[in-house]
Amino acid sequence: MLAAIGVSSVQEIFDRQVPGSVRLGRPLALPGGMSTLKGASEQDVYAHLRDLAARNTSAEDELSFLGAGMYDHYVPAFIDMLMERSELLTPYTPYQPEISQGGLQIMFEYQTAICELTGLGVSNASVYEGPSAVASAGYLAKLHNGRSRFVVSAGAHPHTLQTLRTYAHGYGMEVVEVQLRDGVTDADAWASAIDGDTSAAIFAQPNFYGAVEDATALSAAAKENGGEKLVTIAQVDPIVLGILAPPGECGVDVAVGEGQSLGNRLDYGGPSFGFFAAREAYLRQMPGRIAGETTDVDGRRGFVLTLQTREQHIRREKATSNICTAQALNALAGVAYLSWLGREGIVELGELLLARTRYARETLCALDGVSPLHSQPVMRELALRLDADVAAVKRRCAEMGVNPGADLHALTGREQDRGGLLVAITERRSREDIDRLAHTLGAAIAAEHEATVAA
Amino acid sequence: MTESPLQREPAVTIFQKGGTGRRAFACPEMDVPEVATRDVLPAHLIRSEPPRLPEVSEPEIVRHYVRLSKRNFDLDSGFYPLGSCTMKHNPRLHERVAALPGHARLHPLQDPERAQGALELMWNLERALGEIAGLPHVCLQPSAGSHGELAGVLLTRAYHEAKGQARHKVLTPDTAHGTNPATVTMAGFEVVKLATNPDGGIDLDDLRAKADEDVACLMLTNPNTLGLFDASIVEIAEIVHGAGATLYYDGANLNAVMGLSRPGDAGFDIVHFNLHKSFTQPHGGGGPGSGPIAVSDRMAPFLPVPVIVRKPEGEGEAPGLPAGARRALQAADEPADGQRASATYELDYDRPRSIGRLRGFQGNYGCFVRAYAYICSLGASGLKDASETAVLNANYLLARLRELGVTKHLPLAYGDLCMHEFVLSGGPMKRALQIKTLDLAKRLLDYGYHPPTVYFPLLVEEALMVEPTETETKETLDAFAQALAEILREAEEDPEIARNAPYTTPVRRLDEVAAAKRPILRQPL
Repeated sequence: MLAAIGVSSVQEIFDRQVPGSVRLGRPLALPGGMSTLKGASEQDVYAHLRDLAARNTSAEDELSFLGAGMYDHYVPAFIDMLMERSELLTPYTPYQPEISQGGLQIMFEYQTAICELTGLGVSNASVYEGPSAVASAGYLAKLHNGRSRFVVSAGAHPHTLQTLRTYAHGYGMEVVEVQLRDGVTDADAWASAIDGDTSAAIFAQPNFYGAVEDATALSAAAKENGGEKLVTIAQVDPIVLGILAPPGECGVDVAVGEGQSLGNRLDYGGPSFGFFAAREAYLRQMPGRIAGETTDVDGRRGFVLTLQTREQHIRREKATSNICTAQALNALAGVAYLSWLGREGIVELGELLLARTRYARETLCALDGVSPLHSQPVMRELALRLDADVAAVKRRCAEMGVNPGADLHALTGREQDRGGLLVAITERRSREDIDRLAHTLGAAIAAEHEATVAA
Repeated sequence: MTESPLQREPAVTIFQKGGTGRRAFACPEMDVPEVATRDVLPAHLIRSEPPRLPEVSEPEIVRHYVRLSKRNFDLDSGFYPLGSCTMKHNPRLHERVAALPGHARLHPLQDPERAQGALELMWNLERALGEIAGLPHVCLQPSAGSHGELAGVLLTRAYHEAKGQARHKVLTPDTAHGTNPATVTMAGFEVVKLATNPDGGIDLDDLRAKADEDVACLMLTNPNTLGLFDASIVEIAEIVHGAGATLYYDGANLNAVMGLSRPGDAGFDIVHFNLHKSFTQPHGGGGPGSGPIAVSDRMAPFLPVPVIVRKPEGEGEAPGLPAGARRALQAADEPADGQRASATYELDYDRPRSIGRLRGFQGNYGCFVRAYAYICSLGASGLKDASETAVLNANYLLARLRELGVTKHLPLAYGDLCMHEFVLSGGPMKRALQIKTLDLAKRLLDYGYHPPTVYFPLLVEEALMVEPTETETKETLDAFAQALAEILREAEEDPEIARNAPYTTPVRRLDEVAAAKRPILRQPL
């Protein structure tokens, strides 16, 4: 090979191109545990990664009620099989449609499922994940109306609020937060915060505290005060859309969200996928890949990436987004999962979550030292207030093999969230599991009370 | 021509299959008192009709998606020399370890003391990436390369704002990936384009003229998208720093220089990595990716939150020291093997000058597991070997194309040697043989190859960008070179062959214009 190139060594190829002053004249010094100079055998790497995994307490190891944005739903086995198929796992973006019809049709089916779930006209083929999807939707609003301010409900996920602020600072947008009243967006404060300079009005459904917002009223009030050019954006949990009114029927212009609960693993936070759907009027401002139907020269039905004049590789600095690689494989898991749930299944699952969440609320709020954080309807997650230190209670529960949920104050930093515990219900948490949570939580709170008195 | 079985199979979506009442999902038992939705939600917030999702059995779903998968070309089936995308082998070990429940079912809000394995893995991956980049501070959070770019440009904004400067321009060369200028706009800056010199590098005079006090940053890919290492990099860094701007490294082409040359040593302030390129996270048909960034000391205070901090055994809280300084100290005296297990790892949110979050949770951890396993497998010398082989393969393929006379019609656009990829110009081919680069690419499909990247970079006429990676054998490279020569020979005889290609794929050339003109973006239900 060297002779064909006309060099005497690989070294020479580098010597002729890379100046000596920027060459690394020593081996890389990788950190301890990774530092074997020559690498490791497959079985040794496996053993090392297994040891690291063993030092994590996963949802396999404890009875977990953690949620707050990512949920321990069951992923059917066939999805694992699909996601490991070479044909789906190892190609890249379908730049050559003739040899990418599988991936393109899956995107098309995914878009169909997301449109159907959200009640909106167009969906892209996925974005990164939930919170950044909201920030991208904000950018769409800026492109659409050129206004200067976002009004966002404090019921949005704290990571969404933080991400939105990070992005908005870059593209020059003010972010105004509207506070909650009894767990949902304060309707009066919402209406008075929105005016003709408001680019987008953003809320979460159900919100971070598990409460169902009146999406219809929030959207209507936003348009009333901000005019038709204002964009209403909702971050939606897709798993309850079998029974909850779709955002498109509630006056929402852009519905985005975290898709993890649809057939994706927890993976300590990613990769999952973000979904992004909008009314057709916003099609030309959508970010990301979109698959469309067409025909080939012989008249066969086929699919291509379309409307690419929105995208960075064509439009460069005038693109509607900088996104390139998104989450195609995770979106595949999403549409395969929705096909598996099916038309009846997504309703049944929603009803099961609704009933078990209500049961959990009643059972847990009957405990000494536990009260509901708000009185709003809940569907799959509920916010409680403990009259004990949440971190300490969580530690006691963990010793009994139960993770009772997320510490609200640790996530939001809000004073009013002190004592707050966010408990997530999935179809994997049975009545028996909820009873065990109640028993454990009750015992932990009682023990914490005793310890506090003793101290 | 007779149709192949795949061509005869019509494209039918999952929504067009199945039948009323058919299903795959068995809902767990309703083991609590049933609740009527109308007793919980007001009527106007209840869905009136179930979403029209497919009604199919599990065997139907499996068969549907497996059959669809066969309409894809993939890296495990053949050569995939897609320039700038680094389509290297994806070891299955990585899928196995990422699927271990301790990784795959770990909730992102698990208390850090009960996620020590994950945090140690991330901390060590940060150190490894920092060492590879030659920059000490790493944030794993960005979800893909373009997300890393956004992080980097926002860091630049924060850096200048902290100095009380309102710089509003970012320089990008005309060879830049489209994500660079798109990111610049999204981060609220104005793009200023830099010209390329006849050697394929940055035109230094143009840079000097444009590097004024309004410039916040220069974004550069090195080797650039022409596959050439910019030999003036040290001078470029001096000019950029002299103007008070930051220097950003687009890591899409890092696979050329791992363990051989470090962006940080050349003066770059910010680097993004594409774990799905250099570090072999599978591309998934368009993601997931992962785009960590590494930065210099002066950028570190602005890094996204949370930051992973490591506390050696016996060290409790270390008040008085900012987290960044603490991290730098720890990186400086890395403990030897055997002492690691006793250290503890935490997530630090107390970073007042941080740009904030870029997304939820801690990033695409599943990609971190794979990249970590890859680095462990290869080790320091293996990474260097990978880059050397990638560069050797690219140069060998280029040499073979020269030997076979392919470069007569498809000359190398710039330079003589190349790094890990090279860019040919199809201009002469178009004029002499009446076939375009697109035709050549489509004909390659019939030969069983994924075509190289086409029509990028934009400054090369009829560009063909070839990146073989270290994965490929000499035999594969020889056969691919032969295929290109054969297609040109065919075109000399009859250009219509390539112009009407492909012939063997599940569908043939698709009408993209019609798709955009009358968009059909979902299955009518």
